[in-house]
Amino acid sequence: MNLRRDVFQAIADPTRRAILLLVASQAMTAGAIAANFDTARPTVSKHLQILTECELLEQAQNGREIYYHINAKKMKEVADFIEPFRQMWDDRFTKLETIMKQYKSS
Amino acid sequence: MERKTKINAEDGKQELVITREFDLPLELLFKAYVEPDIVEQWMGTKVLKLDSKKHGSYQFETTDPKGNKYGFNGIIHAFSPNQKITRTFEMENTPFGVQLELLEFEQLTDDTSKLTMHVIYESVAQRDQVMQLPFAQGINMAHNRLQNIVGKLN
Repeated sequence: MNLRRDVFQAIADPTRRAILLLVASQAMTAGAIAANFDTARPTVSKHLQILTECELLEQAQNGREIYYHINAKKMKEVADFIEPFRQMWDDRFTKLETIMKQYKSS
Repeated sequence: MERKTKINAEDGKQELVITREFDLPLELLFKAYVEPDIVEQWMGTKVLKLDSKKHGSYQFETTDPKGNKYGFNGIIHAFSPNQKITRTFEMENTPFGVQLELLEFEQLTDDTSKLTMHVIYESVAQRDQVMQLPFAQGINMAHNRLQNIVGKLN
């Protein structure tokens, strides 16, 4: 149970990351989320449960439907939130390094 | 795995620090920031102008796969070869404002060097927005991919 509540553990799973990316652009129902995956519906529900338990997703009742949306505050706490920014710079610098090594030897 | 590029962005501050150690002599690292044709290669941008000196300026332009052009420009405030570049950076036609960049170049050994990039934004909100850009782009790309897949199913 402890593992399940660990945010980093939660975002380590590719399907759960995909769910977060999907829901980040708009709040969605479990059914709409599941429609984007080949995975069985109960598996998606399980992922949603884990993401909700560790507060990355929040539920909001709208009529009869429950919508899932991103908890931006929690996402911000996760170091991974700035990981794409770090990765972008890392890619650039690695390219710089490769180019200059060639430059040196030519 | 050791992360070569580190980002230090404290909560609630309008600045961040990017550091990176290179397996390159200091002179070569610095050259990569000065020679327009080299900048073009690693930044993946077209260099329209790069006048590396005090009171100099630069202008870059990138083109996305759809042919849309994006401009970047800035003014160089200080320029000390192999030591420091102080400049502004601005993404044209965006709400992100101007950022101040202080780039410090250091020799570690004969063959290794270090870059410290101190970036100061107009506000905390702007820093956070810029930092989240690649994340947002990732979201859009993932979303577009999913829409494409879903589109094909229909």
